[in-house]
Amino acid sequence: MAVNFGYSISTTRVINFDNCDFNLLHQLEEIVPSYKRCLNCGACTATCSAQQFTKFNIRKIKSLFTSAQYDKLAKELDKCMLCGKCTLVCPRGINLRPAIMNMRKILSNK
Amino acid sequence: MQNLFHPFVLPFVLGTIILFAICIWKFIRWFRHFDRLQRAILRKNIFSWKIIPALWEAFREGLLHIRISRQNLILGYMHRSIAFGWFLLIVVGFFEAHLTPLNSHPVWLAIFYRFFIHEHHLFASSEVFTFIMDLLLLYVLSGIFIAFCKKIYSKAVGMKKTTKHVLFDHFAKVSLWAIFPLRLLSESLAANVYQNGGFLTQSIGNFFSPWFAETFLTTSWTMYSIALGTFFVALPFSRYMHIFTEIILIYFRQMGVHEHLERTGYTMYELNACSRCGICIDNCPLNKDLNITNVQPVYFLRDLRYKRGTDAVADNCLLCGRCDAACPVNIDLLAIRQQERNKREQDHCDYSYLNNIQPFNAIGRVGFFGGCMSHLTPGITESMKAIFEEVEQKYWFLDEERTICCGRPLMQQGYLEQAAELRRKNSELIKKSKISVLITSCPICYQSFKNEYKLSIPIMHHTEYIMKLLETGKLKLRKDDLRTVYHDPCELGRGCGIYKEPRQILKKATHLVKAKHEKEESICCGINLGDTLIDIRQQTQIRDAAMNNLMYKNPDQICTACPMCKRAFNHATDFPVKDIAEIVRENMIKK
Ligand code: SF4
Ligand code: SF4
Ligand code: SF4
Ligand code: SF4
Repeated sequence: MAVNFGYSISTTRVINFDNCDFNLLHQLEEIVPSYKRCLNCGACTATCSAQQFTKFNIRKIKSLFTSAQYDKLAKELDKCMLCGKCTLVCPRGINLRPAIMNMRKILSNK
Repeated sequence: MQNLFHPFVLPFVLGTIILFAICIWKFIRWFRHFDRLQRAILRKNIFSWKIIPALWEAFREGLLHIRISRQNLILGYMHRSIAFGWFLLIVVGFFEAHLTPLNSHPVWLAIFYRFFIHEHHLFASSEVFTFIMDLLLLYVLSGIFIAFCKKIYSKAVGMKKTTKHVLFDHFAKVSLWAIFPLRLLSESLAANVYQNGGFLTQSIGNFFSPWFAETFLTTSWTMYSIALGTFFVALPFSRYMHIFTEIILIYFRQMGVHEHLERTGYTMYELNACSRCGICIDNCPLNKDLNITNVQPVYFLRDLRYKRGTDAVADNCLLCGRCDAACPVNIDLLAIRQQERNKREQDHCDYSYLNNIQPFNAIGRVGFFGGCMSHLTPGITESMKAIFEEVEQKYWFLDEERTICCGRPLMQQGYLEQAAELRRKNSELIKKSKISVLITSCPICYQSFKNEYKLSIPIMHHTEYIMKLLETGKLKLRKDDLRTVYHDPCELGRGCGIYKEPRQILKKATHLVKAKHEKEESICCGINLGDTLIDIRQQTQIRDAAMNNLMYKNPDQICTACPMCKRAFNHATDFPVKDIAEIVRENMIKK
């Protein structure tokens, strides 16, 4: 069986940071300060329970959120089971589970 | 004919009327908010034999405060002397008043007896009554004295932190504390004037000059009456509401009523039954290790009672249950915390990706569910496999490849619908597989399967399963020389009451040594899913405290029965930390 790590090759694209609205990100960073420490290692995605069933990449969601690309994120986040595995493996000690809960909340208030 | 009325009785009489009116009004209002199931339970049991244990518990806890005494002897004495002493003062006073040959016995007579009745020997054994009443007054005063000391220096009664009260509680407390010294003064002055005191009041009364006693007699009794009246009016709005509420709560609880997912009238009884004794404060790791001092049940319940509850308080709790196990009123603290979280906006979820999972036919096998967390500690799942193979038990490892979360982590954060969705998926798989029993190595999953899933097969934690193997002789262990300390995981111990099995297993496999606090008092490993507000640094602080607690007898290794706890401790040091399954695997005698 081919091992699915939850990664695939992303298409190249350009994000113009000057046109981004980082307001939601700042809201999140206020509530979950550890969010800033991410080094995009992908350990969270590799261990994720939801990822074992479907294309769901929490690291990618995080990096999209960080670069203010909020489209479709809310729908994606609905797949998370809040099991907390990602939080336990994160080498940077990021409080990921609360970050996910708050991302959901912030996105639904948008 | 003696005059049995004086205007000074009015504050007392008025206070009493207001007290009972408000209490009855509140009790009825809360009762009307009971939900259908709670009413049905009450209707069924209201006149059953359960009333006997209810009365017994009400006496033990409402008056004698046995559970507080178990926590702290001095504190128990303090509560008992004030509650039971005062109760006896009322009862004995009532008999004293009613045995006195008079045409009428107004309600206040027992309270102000020595002001109105001046002669001894009005009836047989009246002197005995005088003696007992003085003794009881002394008993209550000793309690008030301790309460006063506790206020000034709480460590003297063995409490590191005591409750910070709101202004209104202080007001009620001052009036309560004033009642008994004023009673002593009033009765002593009366003893001076009428020579009707007992060993205490007469001796004190004799100190005063007759002029002083004459002049201040009425003033003193008036102040006594005002103190009583003030306390009675303040009572229903202050923490002292617990005095009556606790008794009714005990009754309801003995009838079988309990908390539900949403707040009901029963919760109002629980909120008001908290005496704000503060025992939960010292027991909470958030207070002890992180100095977070506004989230403990005493404040949490108070905020809810005065309608000032916030998410920041409701969410900042490990749900470790240490407070719950210590609470002398046995309030269902975790359920109330959960209710507040259940109010969370239920954002939608999308688990449709779980729809296509093919069920597995596992007829004749036992099911093993590792859960998300066991996959982070493969030593546990590997050991379980080895044990199954050793006893030649056919098994189906439900989530060997991938895990559908059991749903409890969602539930703890109040996402009930999402959790139910995951439960449906797992239940479907389990039912279709036709396994005979479900074994799990994760206490979180265990509690979830046991309490939330309505499965018809037995659910076992792997400690229970291993114990059964040992009992039936299928598995044999040799004993090693290591000194092992066992850490009780919150969800397994306080959550499901499993303390015995792991210890029995360890006694067969190794030398079990004690932790400083264990069983109901064990300390949460800190790395948990209940609290979303503390960060990793704070979590590790709690973990270190839990480690210290385990190191009490210098063990050679730590044993636990939860993948989360194992991981938490493993990260702390190079010290050997093993799951109980791993120790069993190491020590089993191979066939
Ligand atoms: S594991 Fe932690 S550091 Fe690594 S990508 Fe995920 S959140 Fe970032
Ligand atoms: S909490 Fe969500 S994102 Fe994290 S591992 Fe579990 S399913 Fe994946
Ligand atoms: S919750 Fe229980 S332990 Fe805490 S103050 Fe109230 S009665 Fe005391
Ligand atoms: S459950 Fe644990 S963390 Fe929460 S208040 Fe009680 S003792 Fe503190």
